Amino acid sequence: MNTTQLLIALWTIVRSEIRRFMRIWPQTLLPPSITMTMYFIIFGNLIGSRIGQMDGVNYMEYIVPGLIMMSVITNSYSNVASSFFGSKFQRSVEEMIISPMPNALVLSGFVIGGAARGLAVGLIVTAVSLFFTDLDMQHPILTLLVVVMTAILFSIGGFINALLGKKFDDISIVPIFVLTPLTYLGGVFYSIHTLPAFWQHVSLINPILYMVNTFRYGILGVSDINVGAAVGAIAIFIVIFFACAMWLLRRGKGLRS
Amino acid sequence: MQSALSIRGLTKVYDNSFHALKGIDLEVPEGDFFALLGPNGAGKSTTLGVVSSLVRKTAGKVSIYGIDVDREFARARYYLGVVPQEFNFNQFEKVEDIILTQAGYYGIPRQKAVKRTHQLLEDLGLWDKRHDAARQLSGGMKRRLMIARALVHGPRLLILDEPTAGVDIELRRSMWQYMKRINEQEGVTIILTTHYLEEAESLCRNIAIINHGEIVQNTSMRELLSQLSQETFVLDLAEPITQCPAVEGFDVELVDGGQLMLSVDKGQRINDAFARLSEQHIEVVSMRNRANRLEELFVRLVEESSDETTKGEIR
Ligand SMILES: Nc1ncnc2c1ncn2[C@@H]1O[C@H](COP(=O)(O)OP(=O)(O)OP(=O)(O)O)[C@@H](O)[C@H]1O
Ligand SMILES: [Mg+2]
Repeated sequence: MNTTQLLIALWTIVRSEIRRFMRIWPQTLLPPSITMTMYFIIFGNLIGSRIGQMDGVNYMEYIVPGLIMMSVITNSYSNVASSFFGSKFQRSVEEMIISPMPNALVLSGFVIGGAARGLAVGLIVTAVSLFFTDLDMQHPILTLLVVVMTAILFSIGGFINALLGKKFDDISIVPIFVLTPLTYLGGVFYSIHTLPAFWQHVSLINPILYMVNTFRYGILGVSDINVGAAVGAIAIFIVIFFACAMWLLRRGKGLRS
Repeated sequence: MQSALSIRGLTKVYDNSFHALKGIDLEVPEGDFFALLGPNGAGKSTTLGVVSSLVRKTAGKVSIYGIDVDREFARARYYLGVVPQEFNFNQFEKVEDIILTQAGYYGIPRQKAVKRTHQLLEDLGLWDKRHDAARQLSGGMKRRLMIARALVHGPRLLILDEPTAGVDIELRRSMWQYMKRINEQEGVTIILTTHYLEEAESLCRNIAIINHGEIVQNTSMRELLSQLSQETFVLDLAEPITQCPAVEGFDVELVDGGQLMLSVDKGQRINDAFARLSEQHIEVVSMRNRANRLEELFVRLVEESSDETTKGEIR
């Protein structure tokens, strides 16, 4: 395939991925907006006013970046996981297997599609948060970089999950038992400085902590961790996940008998 | 002439260690209309699956128009169109979008893809359904959708795995016409599998019969038909009889009082049999072929090959 053909093929996947989550918006875009509004009202307004400040900022302001990140993570992941698993289930993935598209292109198409959903939801949640607080972004470029990288990373994760999954249950296990706990424990609602020393150290092995904190640093200018190292770590994770997905694809894992 | 498809020493062992293909060689010349026949579970879909890369081969070589599918994967794909046995499109997608998306996977520019898609939708009688979701189509329409999708990038080799299964008689004939047209006018090489031997007979120039993962016959249709050395007729009698009559020179079998089964070898005259029957005052009212003669031959070939393979197997 020449460059034009590759670009057309990539756009074909991205477009149909975006069309998919737009078509079923009551399942994809609406629920996170509602859940996050609840979080803002309950934790931010009602409880937050009693908590006062966290790391020197208003509690409401403190949780907004974490909640945006949480939506980006779960939505990127589950978009690719359910879309790619669905196409395996319906066998329409065969349309791609018989085509001349290289594996990297198929993977990239789904990842861009998943990131698009994650970022779309992130944007909606950001818009909702503006009803509750003012966001005064400190480092816009860093903020954007981190959120895009996170969306990409979790989209690849969702892809791997879909490749390995054999039944529909298999694609909800990771979000429920891994992603949600790690996100909650990743400093969305609190600064790890509020934890005893031991638990602070344990928290530091949670990769999501780095993403949430870097993103929060981008917006508020406060962070529990070294921001530069965190960005590097996310980049390394992306490379590892991508290589892993490519290896599975080349082996035809879960795709070719 | 160049081969549209060349398969050498193809073996396939599935993950559950089932030997589905045991060293298949197949050569399909450019422009051919080729039938791959065989009973259920023979390995037809597995063979076509390997060609379309949906099944990983264990050993062997496959080339499409001289292009090795392992070495020049992408280039070989452009020559190939695939209509699988099972429906494999997104049931919620619109008919038109399914074909357009497939065109996109080949990197075909939008405008060209739309033009081609509309042409195919018309040719295959799906134009009125183009905005419907695929799940709303009837079974026969779904098959035609898969044919349209397989042709969108203008392949030179089209493989169809039971394209007419579940398609009504009238529609089947129009599909035959369509396949004949693209074979004759556009020079597309076609390989199909089918359980309707009449279909293979009326469409195909060459055939291969596969059984238990081995090719047991690979010849031209004409050659195959000339092998038909014996035909069996069913004779309906005017009055039931109780004992099977002896008809000199012929194999006769009494079926259920009112019917006789008569086997006629090549060179024998049916008239002689009738004469013998008349002598015994047995009156024949009507007569028909016991089964499609091709079907009989097919069953015999398959049975013979099964006997051989069973003999060869260590139990
Ligand atoms: N994924 C698989 N895993 C294990 N065995 C398989 C798999 N797919 C097919 N087989 C076996 O391989 C053999 C050949 O199957 P195949 O689908 O190629 O047959 P076929 O000739 O197309 O039959 P049919 O006319 O019923 O479509 C069968 O015995 C089948 O059970
Ligand atoms: Mg089959």
